[in-house]
Formats: sequence, C-alpha cells, structure tokens
Amino acid sequence: MSDDEIVKEFLIESHENLDRLDHDLIVLEKDPGSRDTLASIFRTIHTIKGTSGFLAFNQLETLTHAGENLLAKLRDGLLTLTPEITTALLAMLDAVRQMLASIEATGAEGKRNNQELIETLARLLAGMETKSDCEPPKEQPQLDNLSAPAAAANTGDIRIVDVPTRSVDATAEYPRTAEIQIEPCTEIAAGKSVHKHPVYKYEDTQEKPQDAAETLHAQHPAHGQSVSDSTIRVDVGQLDRLMNRVGELVLLRNQIVQYTNSTEDSELLGTSQRLNLLTTELQEGVMKTRMQPIGNIWSKFPRTVRDVALSCGKQARLEMEGKETELDKTIIEAIKDPLTHLVRNAVDHGIEAPAVRRAAGKNLEGCLFLRAFHEGGQVNIEITDDGAGLDYEKIRNKAIQKGLITGDQAARMTEREIANLIFMPGLSTAAKVTNVSGRGVGMDVVKTNIEKIGGTVDVQSKPGLGSTVRMKIPLTLAIIPALIVTTSGDRYAIPQVSLLELVRLEGEQVRNGIELVNGAPVYRLRGRLLPLVYLSRELAAEPSPPNAQPSSTEADTSEEIQSVNIIVLRADDRRFGLVVDEINDTEEIVVKPLSKQLKSIDTYAGATIMGDGKVALILDVLGLAQRANVVGEVRDRAVMEKEGKQKAGAADGSRCNAVLLFQYGESERMAIDLALVARLEEFPSDAVEIAADQKVVQYRGQIMPLIRVSEMLESRHRKAVENAPQSLQVVVYAEKGRSVGLVVDRILDIVEESFVMQRQTGRTGVMGSAVIQKRVTDILDVPGLIAVADHGQLLAGMQG
Amino acid sequence: MTNVQQFCTFFLQDQFFGVPVQQVQEVIRYQEMTRVPLVPPVIRGLINLRGQIVMAVDLRRRLGMEDRADGELPMNVVVRTDEGAVSFLVDEIGDVLEVEESCFEPPPGNVRGRVRAVILGVHKLSGHLMHVLDVRKACDLTESVDTVPDAE
Repeated sequence: MSDDEIVKEFLIESHENLDRLDHDLIVLEKDPGSRDTLASIFRTIHTIKGTSGFLAFNQLETLTHAGENLLAKLRDGLLTLTPEITTALLAMLDAVRQMLASIEATGAEGKRNNQELIETLARLLAGMETKSDCEPPKEQPQLDNLSAPAAAANTGDIRIVDVPTRSVDATAEYPRTAEIQIEPCTEIAAGKSVHKHPVYKYEDTQEKPQDAAETLHAQHPAHGQSVSDSTIRVDVGQLDRLMNRVGELVLLRNQIVQYTNSTEDSELLGTSQRLNLLTTELQEGVMKTRMQPIGNIWSKFPRTVRDVALSCGKQARLEMEGKETELDKTIIEAIKDPLTHLVRNAVDHGIEAPAVRRAAGKNLEGCLFLRAFHEGGQVNIEITDDGAGLDYEKIRNKAIQKGLITGDQAARMTEREIANLIFMPGLSTAAKVTNVSGRGVGMDVVKTNIEKIGGTVDVQSKPGLGSTVRMKIPLTLAIIPALIVTTSGDRYAIPQVSLLELVRLEGEQVRNGIELVNGAPVYRLRGRLLPLVYLSRELAAEPSPPNAQPSSTEADTSEEIQSVNIIVLRADDRRFGLVVDEINDTEEIVVKPLSKQLKSIDTYAGATIMGDGKVALILDVLGLAQRANVVGEVRDRAVMEKEGKQKAGAADGSRCNAVLLFQYGESERMAIDLALVARLEEFPSDAVEIAADQKVVQYRGQIMPLIRVSEMLESRHRKAVENAPQSLQVVVYAEKGRSVGLVVDRILDIVEESFVMQRQTGRTGVMGSAVIQKRVTDILDVPGLIAVADHGQLLAGMQG
Repeated sequence: MTNVQQFCTFFLQDQFFGVPVQQVQEVIRYQEMTRVPLVPPVIRGLINLRGQIVMAVDLRRRLGMEDRADGELPMNVVVRTDEGAVSFLVDEIGDVLEVEESCFEPPPGNVRGRVRAVILGVHKLSGHLMHVLDVRKACDLTESVDTVPDAE
C-alpha cells in the first residue's frame, strides 16, 4: 500500500466514523450514562488521533488529542456530559471534518487555527479536574506530551481484544490504567501489558487477521460483534462497471430469448430459459450490492435536528422508523440534500417554540418522525412533525401577493392544493428569514431534485397538529420498467413511473373523440379535458406552432386510421395524452446515458438497447411536456383551477374515487378500487396451467395464480358459466412482489366518481356497495377474496 | 531513427483522410442506426456497439460535403474521445499507413470551408495528400449545430 492509499483509506474510514459520532453524541446527550456509546466515541476519536499521528498530521492529532482527553474523563465517569461539552465536542468534529476535507483536497491539513477550540476543550477538562482533585488521578497530565510518539508507535500494533459485547482500543498513553485497573466491563490490552499477560498474547495472534479486516471495514466497527470477517469494502466504480456488464448481459439475454422463442428446438429453449432465470437472479444480486440502508443518511439528522432546534430556541427530538429500508446508492446520494432540507425546514418552520407549544397543550419537546418503507416497487419516505401545520391563509395570501395564483383561483383551491403551493419557486411564508430557511428557495429545489430521479413529493397538513411531507422514490435508476411505443417507424421507451393509463379510441371515437380548443387537440377523459400531444409531430424537425391546426395530412390519415392510442402521462402533476402510432409492450430496460452532445436535448432521458439489438431512445416525459407546452404556466393554472373545482365538489364527505368496473357471471357488475389494480392483462385460455391444484399462468417470469371472481362470488349452488372463452380478462393485483390474477368476464370502464360506500359484511369478497354511475354496484374486497381463495401454497407469499 | 506515426485512413468523396491509430478503437462495417429526432443532422443516429451506445457522426455532413447516394452504406470508424466512443461515418476504409512526421505540414492558407476547421494539417505522401483529422474538433458539434448542411 502506498502512502497515498493509506491516506485515502484513512479519509474514508474517518468520514464514516465521524458520521456515526454525530449520531453517538446526540444519543449520549439523551443518555449521558451510556458507557457503550462513550466507549464507541472514545474509540473513534482515538483511532483518528492515532492514525493522524502516524501520518504526521500534527494539528489533527493535537486537536483530537484534546477531545480524547475530555472523552476519557467522561468515559471514566469523572465528568458528566453538559450541553457545553457536547457543543465543544461537536465543534471539534466539525474542525476535524474540515481538516480531513483539506487533506483530501490538498494533501495538507490547511492553516486552520484550532487554538481556541483546544483551549475550550482544555478548559472543560480543567473544570473537571478542579472538582475531582481529591480523587486519585488516573491519568498523568504530562502524558500529553508523550502521547504523540507513543500513539504513532502504537498504530501498527495489535489493538483490539475482541470481547463479545464491548472492546476498547488499548492506548499506550494510559499505561497505568491498563495495568492497574481493569474495569469489569471494559478490557484493555496495551502494547506494554501484553508482556505481562501471556494469555493476551495468545489471543492477539489469533485476533490479528480479524483486526486487520476490521480496519478495512470500519463502517460497522463493531458495537460489539465483529461483522468484519463476513464483509469487504468494494470500490463503487467497480460495482458500477459490474452493473454495466450485467446490464449488457440482460440485453443479450433479451436477444437470445427473443431468438429462441421462434425456434422449435426444445433443448435450446430450455437452455435459454435457464439463462433467462440466471440472468435475472444475477441482475437482482448485483443491484442488491448497490443498495444501502437509508439509515446511512438519516444518521446525520439527529445532529441536524439538535443544531437547528438549538439555534432557533426550540426543543425537538427525532424518531425514525424503517432505517433499514434500502435504496440504490445513486438515489441515496440524490435524496440526501432534499431530505436534509426538509428536516431542517420541519424543525425551523413546523415545530413551534416551547411557549407556543405549552399554550397549545402540547409536549414542550416537538417530535419529528421519519419513516421509510417499500411499497409497490417504490420507496416511500415520510417526514412528519407535530408542529403548527401549514397556515393555509398565509400561503394563499403570499401566493396571491407573489402573483403565483389569482384570488379567484385561490378561493377555489382545496387545502391540499394550497399546501402543495409551498413547492412553487419564490414562496416562503416564514415571517422572518433565518439562516436555516425562509429564503424562498429550497422547497422548489427539493421538488425538482426529487422529480429528477423519477420521484414525487407531496405535503399534507392539519392546522395545529403538524404536517407530513411524503416522497415516493424509485428503487433504482439503472433498470426501469418502461412502455415501448412506435411512432413514425421508430421505437421509443417511456418510463412507467410517468404512466397513468392507456386509452384506445376505436371506430366512431376516432373521428369524434378528439376535439379542438382553439386548434389544440384535447380528449375528454372521464369528463376532464386532456391535452393531447402527437409524438410524431413533436419529434418532427420543424416544431409546429403550439396552436396550429392539425396538418392536413394528419386530418386525412385520421379518416383511415382504425384507432388512436393515447398514453396518459403525468408530468409535474399535470396530465397529458401522448398520441403514438402503436403501443408495443412493457419491458425492463437498462438505462444508458446519452453522450454529451445529445444531453442538451431534454426530450430524451437516455437510450436503451432493445431485444433485437437495436437502440431505442427513452423519452423524458417532463421535457416532452415542456416542449409541447402542456405544462406551461398558463395551462398550469387552468388545470389547477379545474382540479380545484372538481375536488371542492367532492369535499362534502363522500370520497372521490377511481374505480374499475367489470362484469362477472352473466351480468353482474362490480367495482374494484383502481389503486389496487396493477395491470390489466389478457391471456389466451390455453396459457392456463395447473400447479398445486390451482390455476396459474406464467407472468413476467413468475407463476401467477388465477382467481375466477365469478366462482368465488357466485352462490355455492350456482355453477359459474363455463363457456370457455378464447381469452381471459385478468385484473392483476400485486403485493409484496407477488401477483394474483383476478379473472373477470369483461372489463367495463374506469370511472372517477364521488360516492359513499356502505359497508356490508355479509358476503365474502365484498367490501360494500355504492351507487356508481347511477347503479348500485358492489365493491370487491381483494385481500378478503384472496384470503378465501388461498389454498395455502401459491399465495402463501402474499399473506405473510 | 525518424519519428514514424501510424494512421488509420479512409475516404470521403474521393478525398483521403487519416486519424492516428491510437485514437481509433475499431473499424466496423455498416451498422443499423436509430434515428434521433431533433438533433443536428450531422448526428445520423445511435448504434449499438456490443452493448455500448455510440453516436454516429456523418463526416460528409460534418465537412459540408454532399450526402452519399442512396444505397451507399457508410463504414464506421469508432474513435475514442473524452466523452466516450464516437463513430465517424466514412465512405471507404483505406490501409493503415506508417507516415514519417517530417512530411507533415499545417493546412495551407487557401484551404477553406469546414474542412479547414477540423483538420490539423496534411501529410505529403508520394502521389497524394492525406488530411489529418482533428478528432476532438470533428466531434465538437456546437459550432455546426446551427448550420444546416448544403445537402439538406
């Protein structure tokens, strides 16, 4: 290992350790008696000190040494933690960070003056010593001078005696402590003491390889158990390259599978099937290696919350749930800053001052709750505070004042819409601008950054009770599901996250369905106007003027066209319909970046290689929408206004719900909550196979059990109609990565209506009924139905 | 010993060009391309080079020459650049030549048009001249973005 590499290792290790220290110190402040935490903090600082001595970073060493002295007293119980000490220690961490950053950038520690800080630390230490004069000194003051060479000499030594629950690095500068006093809970092995305790020597030789591994893998440097021998640290670049190769393998696999599907050779088919499965597993495996728990970035937040709360005179604590939720490393990086901003904001704006809280009868200490969990292939992150909630009136007035909305619009907006105005640029309701927030930049940047990685962000608030900001983030950016479409003979991929639904106009509708608003094509989707964008026209070299009449050629061809395919997309909370020639299929695609020259065109998000080896462009839905002017300022407002009206109408206690209507049996009508529907599929009836006495189909590399809704719902004595249709209409319901297919007889419609459901428990699989489209319609209870249909084998995964 | 440099050579509208072999990743026959709407016409499309997506720049268009006749398929000279691989579409591939550095000369004053901007100079070979392409400039499309080639 060269010197450079040693320094690099040291930097990586130290950064990780410091992150944990922030967290540890806050924990310690809450629980000053925690010896474990103290020991851990002490150990970390000591390691940094030792290594910096060894690498001749003297300033760093002096500073950490001062901190270490203080920590030693704390650890030994000679000093109790005060906020002052915590602040000094945190300041020391910041100084250490700065010096590390300087080392990283320039190779030298920089010209930082730490004298004041060192004096503060020394003063705090001295404050203790005057108090504890009578106690036997456990440390010789003059050791300060000795420690540098001693620590340096000690760095290469065997340092740890692994004890199942706790271990503390032995330190040469406390020889007396080591020799004389062995605390019951802490074993200390020092270079010197080894000679006096042969049994340690034996242990040491055994522990040595493990110790080396532990230094290598310092991000979990054992709160006790050694995980070191089962993990290694890998360069991210290496993983990226591996991921790339796997991406190529996936593409190659797609090609092979496509090719073999056209052959009769059963051996080849079998082999390609195995290749198919293996590749999928490999892909998942490699993706997993890039996954990191969100706790890695959350660990900084206790300190953020503490600092912000302190600086604005508030009391706040942080609770977290779902720390272990994993996300791709690139995504973790991308959401770090937005999350930090939201956390700071929640403390600064959300949580009230203690006096206000007391007046409101709340606990003086505000609570910030972070929650992360997986749902439907995405990660949800929620930041909830129990503060004052958003002041709708203030936001409304501010938005009007800033000219973001008109008074007329504001009057019609629902609370939720007003709440989401905080994500608009230029809106800040902070009464005074603090150094934390209130400058009117930030929330819009949060939104932009989250949307850049294909996520969404939304805020909900109850006055007096607090607010919740909810983000939905994709798991990974490298491989995404996408819809493949064809226009003008070229194929394009549309990321499925932006996809809302597909609409196909046939026959009469082709001519009458599309109407013009001053020349701009629109379609009435469930009573609301959906602006239409013709992909072929947007991608034509000459951009058409926004309000142009459809060109004569298109008008001519639409006479002959049998059907129109509209893809309803979401961009920036607005909907628009993209008209394409053909909708092909959905596929998992590997996102490849475009070269620099093409990046400036924001209509494309990247490119991918299709099963036949050809390249297809990935459309950037937001870029396309902007190009087509469907998310422009003017229309924004129109849509917002409209939505405001719609939702206001639904605010009278009934629910405005989107449901899928289907028919089962001979003429029974039933509705299913659209939120439960993953996809609608059609399978040829001969695709149905039997496994474990259950009808199943092969679906996206999985075995999907089928439940015939009519069989489940029809009264037991009536036999379901078995006229064996050519194809099965299947509503796919997905949960926890498993899918279940609900076989219905006919898909009728999707309606968005406000209705009140009357609960009814008499029938299995029926949640209740409501009046939908002026007819009484039963609403399907999907989980209930599955529970009844479950034979315990295939659906076992869903019920767990 | 004199300084000898190897060049990968190719033809464009009967003119002879060369690129130092160190900058050439590979030479491949015509590949099917995916058209990229909305980009300058010099970018003919994207090709799949064993899983790597490579932008294809038509050197004829880049140099302001006429388009190839229909049915004449170009060859790909894939070069390495700082931004990754880029494929140059050329008419025909020549030999790899060893050329002495002493026979190089910067472009004479009367060389005009787009060619001047993207060549470093010429090598005086026996019987003919070889234009030495400046790969970096040829890939830099910022200046040619607003100019539509004559053939379009």
